[in-house]
Amino acid sequence: MSALELANVRKVYRSGGEDVIALDHASLTIGDDEMVALVGPSGSGKTTLISIAGGLLTPTEGTVVVGSEDITGYDPKRLTRFRSQRVGFVFQTVNLVPFLTARENLLVMSELNGVGRAGRKRARARADQLLDELGLTHRARGVPAELSGGERQRVAIGRALMNEPKLVLFDEPTSALDTKLGEHVMELIQTEVKGRGIAAVIVTHDTRMTHYCDRVITILDGKLAA
Amino acid sequence: MLALRELRREPRRFVTAAIVLTLLVVLLLFLGGLLDGLYLGSTGALRAQRANVLVYSADANNSIIRSRIDSPTRARVQHVSGVTDVNGLGITLTGTTVPGQRTLADTAVIGYERAANGVPAPPAEGEAWADRRLETFGVRVGQTLGVGPQKVPVRIKGWVHDTNYLLQGALWVHPATWRTVQATSRPDAAVATATFEVLVVRGTPPAAQLARDIDTATHGTTKTLTKNEAVLSSPGTREQKSTFAGIIDVTFLVVGLVVALFFVLLTIERTALYGVLKAVGAKTSRLLAGLITQALVIGTVAFVVGELVTVGLAAILPAKIPLTLQSSRAVSTYVGVIIAAMLGGSISLRRIVRADPMTAIGASN
Repeated sequence: MSALELANVRKVYRSGGEDVIALDHASLTIGDDEMVALVGPSGSGKTTLISIAGGLLTPTEGTVVVGSEDITGYDPKRLTRFRSQRVGFVFQTVNLVPFLTARENLLVMSELNGVGRAGRKRARARADQLLDELGLTHRARGVPAELSGGERQRVAIGRALMNEPKLVLFDEPTSALDTKLGEHVMELIQTEVKGRGIAAVIVTHDTRMTHYCDRVITILDGKLAA
Repeated sequence: MLALRELRREPRRFVTAAIVLTLLVVLLLFLGGLLDGLYLGSTGALRAQRANVLVYSADANNSIIRSRIDSPTRARVQHVSGVTDVNGLGITLTGTTVPGQRTLADTAVIGYERAANGVPAPPAEGEAWADRRLETFGVRVGQTLGVGPQKVPVRIKGWVHDTNYLLQGALWVHPATWRTVQATSRPDAAVATATFEVLVVRGTPPAAQLARDIDTATHGTTKTLTKNEAVLSSPGTREQKSTFAGIIDVTFLVVGLVVALFFVLLTIERTALYGVLKAVGAKTSRLLAGLITQALVIGTVAFVVGELVTVGLAAILPAKIPLTLQSSRAVSTYVGVIIAAMLGGSISLRRIVRADPMTAIGASN
């Protein structure tokens, strides 16, 4: 089974009275334990592609299937629920909630979306397990300002894994880090993704990091090239 | 809850709004206290009446002082169908000499025929029930005061409470004592025996109907007001109420604007965070609920602190300032502050709705 299937996906924006094609009939299948690097210059359509894959954007044409769920026609409300349950995101600038501890940052979604008592208990156990696996147990009570850059990135990865997604989308996860820390983070991503048997799409422009991935896909002017 | 954790862990972020709201709450409670103090201090004598309606002479323009009801008119009122009780009432505003005090006490000498709410039956001639407001002028039970320019002797028999008229301390006296005081204070407006300024009437029909029946029976020589109308017709009462109510309403509006401005700024600051939270699946309704919760907590804290400050201020203010803090006023102020805070916080709804999850990955719709 595949973790992500994009079939003939087009995304057209209206800008300055003209149509801008951000994604041009892109088709892509990612296996359920595959780690794929998506590389391309600025404006090539990388962000649009992972936004559509993650349910942040809807395509103009084509179909998007994540796991076994066809999200092509979802309205914003269903997409919000889909994002909270089925995919994980790790953003370029980490973006943790500044006044929450590392552990609470992992629990933020279960709090915000009001799960029941049993759900909260499960979420707490899951957060503790992830913190342990990410080597952050001793930093669980630290707020982001007290954590190092690498620790913050690990917390962000933990947050992305909290809902047990089959697909995790990484947006430039190493762009703000030096080479050594970037490699450390990529090793960590590789360990977590492969260890859990889940799929990942990693948007990067740093070709030094692509060797951690199973496959590199290049995107240029909205078109995919293997 | 996320919103409460932010309040607890980053309180400095909310201090400015809480201080401004606290000052506004103090202003609201102080204005409300003055309004209540003025209203209660001006209308106590009328509110104390056990009456459905009060009968004035038609040419008195709703003024007790100008009104005169003679005994033939009283007899006609007594014969109106449904009338069960008719009593006379008269009020004279005059200065009173208090033993041992250099300044005159401002008093309302009230002649009455039957016990009112909180006021026992009329004392003997030359005696009075005094309102506790007169304690601030040095009046004590057992003293004999000199009432009016002729210093009519009146001995204080005991205290009553919340029975003043036009902010003058009430002296509830026998009708004969009142007539003597009126005759010596205002010889030009002396009142004949059996004549009163107004009649205090109880009856079985609804008050408005009873008022119409009485005025019909007296062939238009009387103007009968329901008790509520009579209370509001006390000189200046309606004007005071509307003026203060206007200021209080504007202050509530300012509360809403302060909260709105504060949360608009806070929401602008949080735009990126809202984008991220939405990107990972947070519902807009939950984000808004968090913001409203914060507005409610800030409003509640501001109210509690403001109430304490106002109570402290009231304790150190001179007793002659007509400030009355009532629990009903506190409740209405709290409800008003909370509603204004919620509405103010809701102004940020549009910004939260428009927070774009695409900003989390460095793009925007």
